Amino acid sequence: MNIKINGKEETVSGIKTILELINDKKLIPEHIVVEQNFKIVPKEEWARTVLNEDDKIEIVSFVGGG
Amino acid sequence: MEDILTIGGREIKNRLFIGTGKFSSYETMKRSLEESDVDIVTVALRRVDIESKTENVLNYIPKKCILVPNTSGARDADEAVRIARLAKAAGCGNWVKVEIIRDNKYLLPDNLETVKATEVLAKEGFIVLPYMCPDLSMARRLVDVGASAVMPLGAPIGSNRGIKTKELVEILISEIKIPVIVDAGLGAPSSACECMEMGCAAVLVNTAIAVAEDPAAMAKAFADAVSAGRLAHLAGMPHSTVGAKPSSPLTGFLRDV
Repeated sequence: MNIKINGKEETVSGIKTILELINDKKLIPEHIVVEQNFKIVPKEEWARTVLNEDDKIEIVSFVGGG
Repeated sequence: MEDILTIGGREIKNRLFIGTGKFSSYETMKRSLEESDVDIVTVALRRVDIESKTENVLNYIPKKCILVPNTSGARDADEAVRIARLAKAAGCGNWVKVEIIRDNKYLLPDNLETVKATEVLAKEGFIVLPYMCPDLSMARRLVDVGASAVMPLGAPIGSNRGIKTKELVEILISEIKIPVIVDAGLGAPSSACECMEMGCAAVLVNTAIAVAEDPAAMAKAFADAVSAGRLAHLAGMPHSTVGAKPSSPLTGFLRDV
């Protein structure tokens, strides 16, 4: 399945949900926010939110800034 | 009587706000935040670098601080609203510094888009602190649409030029009933002090602290300058005159024979 993660095309296989994607990327859930096709996906919904072909996924977190 | 600033129902003792960008390390940033005993800090929201995991900035910000995510990177109101909602979803409160910039040379904010974004976000329950060019009409509109403070720039971001917009900011202080917080361009503690003497509710400083040789010491210097300026404002600043007015009595000179 081809999806776009943070603007970059990726082919993922064996990954069905947002939660599986986060685990696969070894990201720490507490620190990040996930958006699927411009819609924020709350953490409690990651496990049941299914990834689809051509999804645009944004994974963001806080950094230092003024 | 204790002098406390209230924004969004929260009591803020320290009128120096600090931005967390540009520090050489998060450790250095942490020492600066601790040394200045700051209450309000800004952060930015960015895409996670999936390949090279970086540390979480939140681990280096004292727990007592109110976190104010900015919408840097936003070029219009829609982008700012999107960033603000993402920041809120991170679970660190509902404060946001609206920052909408289309000008890459001077990084001056787009006041019209800023008003639009402020209106949407205030209606959604955000505590909105908009970064703006100091313009009275726009500041009034920001008040009308629900801003919790206005943040006029002193000089372009990171320029360290001081309070170049002084007379326009003074007009805001005189006419706007919500806190006026000078944000951007203050390069020296003396400039921060001057803003507070003028009657600003607070100042936000980032670059001048972050790029100092000793950021923690500079943070403390800014905090002290802000306190001194605030105290001077409360004490009642004297009017300036062109001619001299003697401080010592003009009678009883020894030369009179």
